[in-house]
Amino acid sequence: MRELKLMKGNEAIAEAAIRCGVDGYFGYPITPQSEVMETLMDRAPWDSTGMVVLQAESEIASINMVYGGAGCGKRVMTSSSSPGISLMQEGLTYLAGAELPCVVVNVVRGGPGLGTIQPAQSDYFQSVKGGGHGDYKLITLAPASVQEMADFVELAFDLAFKYRNPAMILSDGVIGQMMEKVELGEFKPRWTNEYIEKNYPWVTMGKNGRERNIITSVQLEPSVQEAFNHKLQNKYRECEENEVRYEEYMCDDAEYLFVAYGSSARICQKSVEIAREKGIKVGLLRPITLWPFPTKQIAHYADKVKGMLSVEMSAGQMVEDVRLSVCGKVPVDHFGRFGGAVHSPGEVVEALENKLIKA
Amino acid sequence: MSETNSIISPENIVYKKSPVLLDNTMHYCPGCSHGTVHKLIAEVIEEMGVQDITIGVAPVGCSVLAYNYIDVDWQEAAHGRAPALATGIKRLLPEKVVFSYQGDGDLAAIGTAETIHACNRGENIVMVFINNGIYGMTGGQMAPTTLPGMKAATCPQGRDVSHDGMPIKISDLLAQLPGTCYVTRQAVHTPANVRKTKKALRKAFENQLANKGTSLVEVVATCNSGWKMNPVQSNEWMEENMFPMYPLGDLKDE
Amino acid sequence: MAKAKGAIVVDTAACKGCGVCVTACPTKVIELAAEVNGKGYHYAYMANPESCIGCSNCGIVCPDTCITVYRAKAVATA
Ligand SMILES: Cc1ncc(C[n+]2csc(CCOP(=O)(O)OP(=O)(O)O)c2C)c(N)n1
Ligand code: SF4
Ligand code: SF4
Repeated sequence: MRELKLMKGNEAIAEAAIRCGVDGYFGYPITPQSEVMETLMDRAPWDSTGMVVLQAESEIASINMVYGGAGCGKRVMTSSSSPGISLMQEGLTYLAGAELPCVVVNVVRGGPGLGTIQPAQSDYFQSVKGGGHGDYKLITLAPASVQEMADFVELAFDLAFKYRNPAMILSDGVIGQMMEKVELGEFKPRWTNEYIEKNYPWVTMGKNGRERNIITSVQLEPSVQEAFNHKLQNKYRECEENEVRYEEYMCDDAEYLFVAYGSSARICQKSVEIAREKGIKVGLLRPITLWPFPTKQIAHYADKVKGMLSVEMSAGQMVEDVRLSVCGKVPVDHFGRFGGAVHSPGEVVEALENKLIKA
Repeated sequence: MSETNSIISPENIVYKKSPVLLDNTMHYCPGCSHGTVHKLIAEVIEEMGVQDITIGVAPVGCSVLAYNYIDVDWQEAAHGRAPALATGIKRLLPEKVVFSYQGDGDLAAIGTAETIHACNRGENIVMVFINNGIYGMTGGQMAPTTLPGMKAATCPQGRDVSHDGMPIKISDLLAQLPGTCYVTRQAVHTPANVRKTKKALRKAFENQLANKGTSLVEVVATCNSGWKMNPVQSNEWMEENMFPMYPLGDLKDE
Repeated sequence: MAKAKGAIVVDTAACKGCGVCVTACPTKVIELAAEVNGKGYHYAYMANPESCIGCSNCGIVCPDTCITVYRAKAVATA
């Protein structure tokens, strides 16, 4: 039987990383996610699995250490919170441009600027619309429970290696700090160098008789750069085709739809129940992948419901993608507290009534 | 001429291109020090027999395409981040040989933090540092190492130290850090200096095999395009002007 | 006339005519050609082949590694 443990979301990330055979973690402390590195340092996995854990001098350094490790085909990751993730944007676009797989966890806090250490969901744009420069995408997973914090580490690595692209786990201070029971995975051995070289022939581990490998994102010739960009875009289309993940709650007979991810989705689940007690038939669609976004599934509801409310702890970011999905067929509005404040289930129901039902 | 012809036969070869150096024509300007240092690195890798286990990290700067010339595995870093990449590689593959190659803008301006902390942690890597006192790639702007009074595109009247500060002697600073085992400053403008630089590089790579920590080889170099002189004049100008600020020799050898 | 002890072969197509080898040669063997190569550079060549001692100085300082150096093996004389 799998091991059950009560732990914080941030601790679950660390525990899962050790168990699924991650090779390296490079990070820099920032609230509300410092427990990730603290847990790793406490568990000292270098003595058990051989995992490397290093505190870098900045998030710029940690994401570039990740780049170095990823270029060797190692499963490497970092975690941070919003201001630190801003510093990593350069590294992320270079990783995407060099087609390197890695996992980055963002336990989002309220901004802009230094903002607050309280939870928020205001880094949606940064994660799914680029953040760094150039035409690239980040595979973005949004956990809504401590269990998913643990499970998504391995899932994110699988997707990152499948598509040779960085993957982000976009969490927030609520999920990071919350304690829940988690079913932990079995310990899996780390990949051997032989396994990596056989399965990922692009890695730099020393050329050892073969043609040399070069990890780079520079292409001075515009036609070559354009061709490479087409290749990236094709890869992204394939990812959109195959990797959309979402969850539906009481949508079958819904007349209204909440669209919410992460901790907002948990709150909305409660809001659905309150609304239904009042006789309002509302369902919840929870995107699990924020990119690729469940566009088709949301579009499918455009013909069935009278309105959609995007509920986010931000001033309204994902709401733009919901609107794009329904193409004006149905009213879409946004509700959310932000800057570190968290909405209550009742507030969400009230917003639904005021913005979509009474209007 | 017949004498010469009889001498030109394979058994008489005393100097030839290292097989670790690829045949691609280097994109550098005529006389550029980057080419000379690339060749020395290739020779050292060849002589030590570490070609199959070496990973180079290229910078942003004129040597961004260094991977086109030395036949080993390479990673291209963002501007200034090479020491962080090298850290990631070496920590995960401690049995491999890892070196970074950086210009002065890359190593001593935008990447100062990565440089200092990699050296301070004593990352077991080789860092090759080309100090030509200017930003070559972007067209000759002022570098952190530009000499007082020296003209560059962003200090056309010459570097005014009351405005821009004095040049940073970063190798002196790095020699103070406990993590570095070997910090040396060399040049490649004369045959004797080339030979010394090669010895220094060899020592640096050997230090890595002996797990001694960070070795930094600074090469005081010319950028004749940026300096607006011909290669031979550049070498003379370097001796007269760069060497007093950046004296050659070992700063640390433990 | 001095008897040549060494010789060099310059990859004239690759040479960029920087002239660093000219200065490095202790016996003034090398000059830059009046004509240019395919890239438009005045390439280096052995103007005084009889003076070459095969010391490798030119090859060592050449940034583009265009020069191969040969040295005759010492022949025992009677
Ligand atoms: C983040 C970032 N800022 C600026 C640049 C532009 N840039 C490219 S190379 C360079 C300076 C290179 O100078 P140096 O490191 O001294 O190397 P050199 O070209 O002289 O060999 C600059 C500023 C860049 N590529 N990336
Ligand atoms: S610009 Fe300067 S550093 Fe760059 S290749 Fe030319 S001479 Fe070398
Ligand atoms: S080998 Fe020595 S003597 Fe001969 S051309 Fe080269 S530098 Fe001159």
